[in-house]
Amino acid sequence: MILCLVLFVASFNCCAQTAASLELLNNAKQYDSKAISYKGEVIGDIMIRGDHAWLHVNDGTIAIGIWAPKAMIEDICYVGNYQIKGDIVEVFGTFHRICLEHGGDLDIHASEIRKVTSGSLVIQPISRKKVYFGAYSLLLVLLFYALNKSFQNK
Amino acid sequence: MILKPQVNDIKNIGYYLGRIIFAIGLTMFLPFITGLVLFKEANPALDFLISANIAIFIGVALSWGCKTDKELHTGSAMVTIALSWLAAMAISAMPLFLSGHYKSFLDACFETMSGFTTTGLTLVQDLDHLSHTHNLWRHLGPFLGGQGIAIIAISFLVRGSSGSLNLYLGEGRDEKLVPNVIHTARFIWAISIVYLILGTLVLGLVGMSIGLKPQSAFFHGVCIFMAGFDTAGFSPQSINILYYHSLVYEIVIIFFMVIGSFNFNLHYQIWKGNFKELWKNIETRSLLFVIMIVTLITMAGLRHLGVYSDGMILFRKGFFQIISGQTTTGYMTIYAQQFLKEWGDLALTGIIISMALGGCACSTAGGIKMLRVGVIYKAFRQDIKRMMLSPSAVVIQKFHHIKTMFIEDKQVRAVLIVTLGYLFLYVLGTLVGLGLGYPFLEALFESTSAAGNVGLSCGITDASMPAILKVTYIIEMWAGRLELMSVFALFGFFVAFVKGK
Repeated sequence: MILCLVLFVASFNCCAQTAASLELLNNAKQYDSKAISYKGEVIGDIMIRGDHAWLHVNDGTIAIGIWAPKAMIEDICYVGNYQIKGDIVEVFGTFHRICLEHGGDLDIHASEIRKVTSGSLVIQPISRKKVYFGAYSLLLVLLFYALNKSFQNK
Repeated sequence: MILKPQVNDIKNIGYYLGRIIFAIGLTMFLPFITGLVLFKEANPALDFLISANIAIFIGVALSWGCKTDKELHTGSAMVTIALSWLAAMAISAMPLFLSGHYKSFLDACFETMSGFTTTGLTLVQDLDHLSHTHNLWRHLGPFLGGQGIAIIAISFLVRGSSGSLNLYLGEGRDEKLVPNVIHTARFIWAISIVYLILGTLVLGLVGMSIGLKPQSAFFHGVCIFMAGFDTAGFSPQSINILYYHSLVYEIVIIFFMVIGSFNFNLHYQIWKGNFKELWKNIETRSLLFVIMIVTLITMAGLRHLGVYSDGMILFRKGFFQIISGQTTTGYMTIYAQQFLKEWGDLALTGIIISMALGGCACSTAGGIKMLRVGVIYKAFRQDIKRMMLSPSAVVIQKFHHIKTMFIEDKQVRAVLIVTLGYLFLYVLGTLVGLGLGYPFLEALFESTSAAGNVGLSCGITDASMPAILKVTYIIEMWAGRLELMSVFALFGFFVAFVKGK
């Protein structure tokens, strides 16, 4: 029975059309309530709501909200922001143009989330040019301000 | 005979402009400190240190070089204001441009003008990876600009009262809360900061309840409040309010958008305990009436197409966008493409009307303003009565705005001139959009959004849009925020400089 279930899910995902965010938005009626696969970087926050969670996946153009059972997001370690490159995931699920369950949101209800690439911390070395420019410009401003004040006092 | 501006006039303008640029530079130390200490984002913090130093240097040099004892008269004040908004745009764009998230310096200027004018149209690239430091500055812009750049200067940096009063008036404000304009400016700051603290707390707690981590919840809270109360519409994530997937969050935001669109004088009355003013005031009455009409039009359009079948969905998608447009905030719970693909022409027209009419005067909202809408309606009624009664009858029409006032022809004329000015702006931007090949309704939508300082977008505003359209929208946002008069004063100044004797 478990084998049948796995085969069923696998076949469901195999039938899923791969679509980019812009294609989904521009052809929302065509994809509405259809099985799709959508790939991109997990960004922002993962918001736990009971036994489900909201996450957002950005394929480089637009982010789309993914509603998934909590169990599916356990593998996700990195969510993208300024200092982090998020996990790249492939989401299989049903696309909703106007989700009746979620107040009309355009979203994807995930049936499976596969991690394609693990994210990582983004090393941001401090720019020496900016440090020098910042420090020298600050000294210059203080000097200028002091000169201005001494002229005013005279 | 046109009189050429004198050296003293130019020095006066330069002096006050320098003080305002100096003030903008000082405000950049806030993201510098928070970036370094709180967010631990060194490179973004350095962007602000560099930009702040440049701004302070220019500001001090200008005010030093242009020092004069002359008071600022009305015309010069308007020119100062018009120039200071352009200067603020350029100076504030520096750290954003240094972030690497903008295609060009023009795009960064577009962003800062959009922020200061509390519009909310955005050209940022990869917002989801923008640093907290730069994101905070994006949201601080509306908070500063919503209160008014002149207000910053008047509150803390400008001496004397007649120059201060003229700066205050030059920014499209003609209401004083208290007799002294400096005290009025400081009171506006006081209201805003109290609301900021309360608003951040509420949004932070609601954010935590919907699953955001505490640090994220309060960061989002402060950003969303600043852009919501100041009716700007910026958000820290790329998909705007859709990011939160929460009815409660949307209701809280609706509350802040609505009170943000109220006249500061109305806030002052409420603070004094005069709650009756909420119902008696011509602006709140006009706002309620216009929202009802626009809701009818928009809902009729959505119902006709069967877009949102459920009442709750109609509220979260339809009504939210209506309030966002009417208060000229620009927050969205749908994607820009959905306006065109799902809403249809009638519903879109409803939103355009709401954006065009806008919020209350002397608030952070844009558009033609409810006070003008109310006065035009009252004047129209007065004229109808005059036509129907005998020629010798004296027809008096009054309205209540803080106090009871009588409609005067001089007042109606002033209102109609500014209204025509706004309509001209809406048409100008539409024509430029049409000339570049955009369809009529989309061009009108985006132009009205820019000139009305709204920020809702149907998809035209994008980093790839032509530079001429970016410049057009910058001009529209600038002129719309200053209610045109200061912009006209600036052009008049240049004409006088060239042609004057």
